[in-house]
Amino acid sequence: MTNTPSAPAGPLSVAYWRGFRQALPFILVIAPFGLLFGVAGNEAGFDLLEVMGFSVLVIAGASQFTAVQLMNDHASTVMVILAALAVNLRMAMYSASLAPHLGAASTWQRAFVAYSMVDQAFALADADYNRAPKQSLAAKLTYYTGACTPIVPLWYSSTLVGALLGKAIPPAFALDFAVPVTFLAMIAPMLRSIPHLVAAAVSVIMALVLAFLPAGTGLIIAALLAMVAGAQTELWLTKRRALQ
Amino acid sequence: MTTAEYYGAPITWVIILALGVGTFFLRYSFLGLIGNRPLPEWALRYLRYTAVAVLPGLVAPLVLWPSATGGQPDPARLAAAAATVGVGLVSRNTFAAILGGLATLYVALWLVG
Repeated sequence: MTNTPSAPAGPLSVAYWRGFRQALPFILVIAPFGLLFGVAGNEAGFDLLEVMGFSVLVIAGASQFTAVQLMNDHASTVMVILAALAVNLRMAMYSASLAPHLGAASTWQRAFVAYSMVDQAFALADADYNRAPKQSLAAKLTYYTGACTPIVPLWYSSTLVGALLGKAIPPAFALDFAVPVTFLAMIAPMLRSIPHLVAAAVSVIMALVLAFLPAGTGLIIAALLAMVAGAQTELWLTKRRALQ
Repeated sequence: MTTAEYYGAPITWVIILALGVGTFFLRYSFLGLIGNRPLPEWALRYLRYTAVAVLPGLVAPLVLWPSATGGQPDPARLAAAAATVGVGLVSRNTFAAILGGLATLYVALWLVG
């Protein structure tokens, strides 16, 4: 660690526990979200192995919910895959942000970082690396591992509990609507600028207008139009600001 | 027939594996294959809006035409949706928004009877 003059220095365990500690508040988001996915998967009739397959192999809540929702609508297999992957396109952006910091790690280390790159792990690592960019590669990887420790295993275990409990939860809890509520709760904090609002509005309007198309098709078209609308609004606003 | 029966186990696993592999490569993309070259500005501009372009369109029909009420708009569920968005916009906190939405849903369902 003698080559890293800038703080935070010290043994790697400091970096590990800093990541661990900073990830703890996300327990409050991950546990109920995983629980709900387990319940949703159970409601759709998937067996335990399939529900866990989603959470262990895909490990991305919003796209897992997207896939199960479109399957409930009997969308075609291709549409299910396309729409659920579209939800995860933002992760290519995460990957690009972390590449300057972790690009020099070994293939296996980068594969581990990629596998566990959930929204919360990315947000924590991105903030930590920008705060202290001169940390050693080992310290950055250790911080990342620390941040993943309370998050990733909890995603598996809360899914498992939800899948096992599923049928025990009475219909009075209206869990059918827990999924839309969870989606809306993820969307609302994203609406932080005018282009984001425009994209969301175009998405809603076009999805409703195109609802008569086979399940998933209208959503893909609406999402493409919404992406263009968001990007063009951003361009237009930037140009207008430059002119002023 | 449940959703799982409609697709059958083989297709279900095709979907799970395709999503698993596809999601891994999205996460691995720049870190593993493309290296340290920055993304072009136009690509970033589109990527910024992917989540906000997909999720609202996915959720809108579920809010307006919930399957639990046979596709009829339901005041309790509409109120819960509005509360979720409201709390989420003000607090910028997903967990607070979920709590606000579910609390509104149960109170509204209880009021309607």
